Amino acid sequence: MSYLSNLRKAALSAALAVSFAIPLAASASADEQYFPLQSYRVGPYAAGGTGFFGGFIDYLNLINIRDGGVNGVKLTWDECETQYEVERGVECYERQKSHPAIAAWNPLSVGIAYAMIDRITQDKIPLITINHGRTDSTDGRVFPYVFPLLLNPYSESSGIINYIASKEGGVDKLKGKKIVVLYHGSPYGKETIPIYELLAQKFGFTVDQIEVPHPGNEQQSQWLTIRREKPDYVVLRGWGVMNPVALKTAQKTGFPADHIVGNVWSNSEEDVIPAGDAAKGYVAITTQASGAQYPVLQEIIKTVYGAGKGNLEDKKRIGSVYHNLGIVNGILNVEAIRIAQQKFGNRTLTGDEVRWGFEHLQLDQARVAALGAKDLFHSINVTWDNHEGDGRVTFQQWDGAKWNVVSDWIAPDWALLRPIIEKSSTAYAAEHNIKLRTPADAEAASN
Amino acid sequence: MFDFDYSFFLEVLVGGLLSGVMYSLVAIGFVLIYKTSGVLNFAQGAMLLFAALTFVSLVERGVPFPLAFIATFVVMAVLGMAIERVVLRPLVNKPPITLFMATLGLSYVIEGAAQLVWGTQVHGLDLGVDDTPFEVSGILISKFDLFAAAIAATMVAFLTAFFRYTRIGLAFRAVADDQFAAFAVGLRLPRIWAIVWTAAGAVALVAGLLWGARLGVQFSLSLVVLKALPVLVLGGFDSILGAIVGGLLIGASEKLAEVYIGPFFGGGIESWFAYVVALVFLLIRPAGLFGQKLVERA
Repeated sequence: MSYLSNLRKAALSAALAVSFAIPLAASASADEQYFPLQSYRVGPYAAGGTGFFGGFIDYLNLINIRDGGVNGVKLTWDECETQYEVERGVECYERQKSHPAIAAWNPLSVGIAYAMIDRITQDKIPLITINHGRTDSTDGRVFPYVFPLLLNPYSESSGIINYIASKEGGVDKLKGKKIVVLYHGSPYGKETIPIYELLAQKFGFTVDQIEVPHPGNEQQSQWLTIRREKPDYVVLRGWGVMNPVALKTAQKTGFPADHIVGNVWSNSEEDVIPAGDAAKGYVAITTQASGAQYPVLQEIIKTVYGAGKGNLEDKKRIGSVYHNLGIVNGILNVEAIRIAQQKFGNRTLTGDEVRWGFEHLQLDQARVAALGAKDLFHSINVTWDNHEGDGRVTFQQWDGAKWNVVSDWIAPDWALLRPIIEKSSTAYAAEHNIKLRTPADAEAASN
Repeated sequence: MFDFDYSFFLEVLVGGLLSGVMYSLVAIGFVLIYKTSGVLNFAQGAMLLFAALTFVSLVERGVPFPLAFIATFVVMAVLGMAIERVVLRPLVNKPPITLFMATLGLSYVIEGAAQLVWGTQVHGLDLGVDDTPFEVSGILISKFDLFAAAIAATMVAFLTAFFRYTRIGLAFRAVADDQFAAFAVGLRLPRIWAIVWTAAGAVALVAGLLWGARLGVQFSLSLVVLKALPVLVLGGFDSILGAIVGGLLIGASEKLAEVYIGPFFGGGIESWFAYVVALVFLLIRPAGLFGQKLVERA
């Protein structure tokens, strides 16, 4: 009797909870847009995670506090800790995916992004992999919901070679030069091997690609080999502890730091500070300059940190490489929502509508300046079939205390790279029975 | 005709030997614990990280270098004794796999605690030793690696003298030889284990500072245990001399293999080549080069 009574009470409570919850959820999604953040604030990669997600949240907070949201639609988020581990990232996805009004996923992890591609494609929600991810996901005909914004690994390689060419006085001066690519022993590290071979063939330089086994805390033999080969430049395609160890070992073997050019995951303060003086003069690629002098950073400091809502515990990290990457990522997400709202109305959007927004994310330099980000990043021009968006790159040199920009904004050789990307993406499409999208498919968005 | 570059070979060899000394520094911490209590302390890497992180965090907060060193030593001594008292003493007489799993769990707890106490940022650590190389007959030698080798040699000399010439050192050896016999003649095992864990904490501090100066103080520092394991297999789990010799052999062989054999496999072989060497030794000599052979009676 008592058991039945309890059961009845429980059923009634559940029914009441559901009847209240449905309108609450509906009203929440009526004027909110939600970002599930698969962040990593502990574990070996926490330094990058706290900077990136801190910057992203700081920008979302700026939009909420200063503008009351995007055209009245408040931005919300919650964090789920992944420790940069793929299985935890997938767990977070499962936990967060039922939340209404998801705008986009932003895991900042190649492994987690790979694990989510099929899932988010089925859910019709964009997956943003700014500066990283699958290179062939640039092809929006095959990957409608994946956006490697600003830079993919192939463009990065091309941008680095174009920078070296500019240092040497033009691409014709690359002929006869020797470049060593020192790469992390992982799928990420190996991804650009064919591209450097291709670029070497095209420009007539010699390339030698040397692997450093994970995690990269021993590089004596690799750098002694480099010393013997006497290259003109070393491209550092590192990750985590491999980067400072590369710089320290380069110093030990007498290779000059200013002839080492780091890739986009070897370009942060966390990569150079542990190397101490050995990092002085080291140059690295970036899509977003560091520093807090840009108007949008100043607004964040005044409005968000002034209100005590800043996300970084250590305010000295404001304007650091990862923090600024998070801010730029915030700008791109928010502008995609704003652009989609122009078509679908100033309301909570579906994931597919936000996808449409990303596929029309065209911010020229004037618009970037209006957003307070002039010189923080250059521009972006995403289309339905180009999900990278022709991002420009610049190069920064470490002076022992901070990064200083030492180049103009450089364009990678997209025309050279596109056929290789399409070859890979169409092979993927054939393997997975994916029908290539048309502009008409891309224009339609479901709600 | 094959033109062999002897100078380059020598350079790789010297670099490998000096790297091997760094591996030995970590391995010695394992040996101390294993020798006296039979526990393979997988938490040694986490202790090394905790020591380096504590030291650098104190220095960054303005604590003078010697004071930071002493304070970190005290912290490591307390940590070592706490581990022995809270985790290992209740597990005395449990199977070795239980003790190993306890230290495995402990390593995660220490890493988590380190992040909780000192934060997640990476730090540079400057010990005041210039890391620029000097040249001897065309071979570049790292000043820092020589400094590390000198520290390792001093530590080994100190530990050897301690084990051989002090009463507590003799007690350590008695416990290492036969715990039950040592207990029967009145040696206080818990006290000895507490001292050994303190000593392992001190070794973790020295190794942590040297590795921290080499890699930067960051969370992957605890992964250096992976470099110590093949050294232990090769040299023996209970021999300090074995840790040194094993370190030198592993360091030299993995560097030479990377340079001369690596290109045939696409490079990047040194991390697993060390384990190949260790496995071969394990098959030929299971107790390692200097380890005690176990004689079990039926």
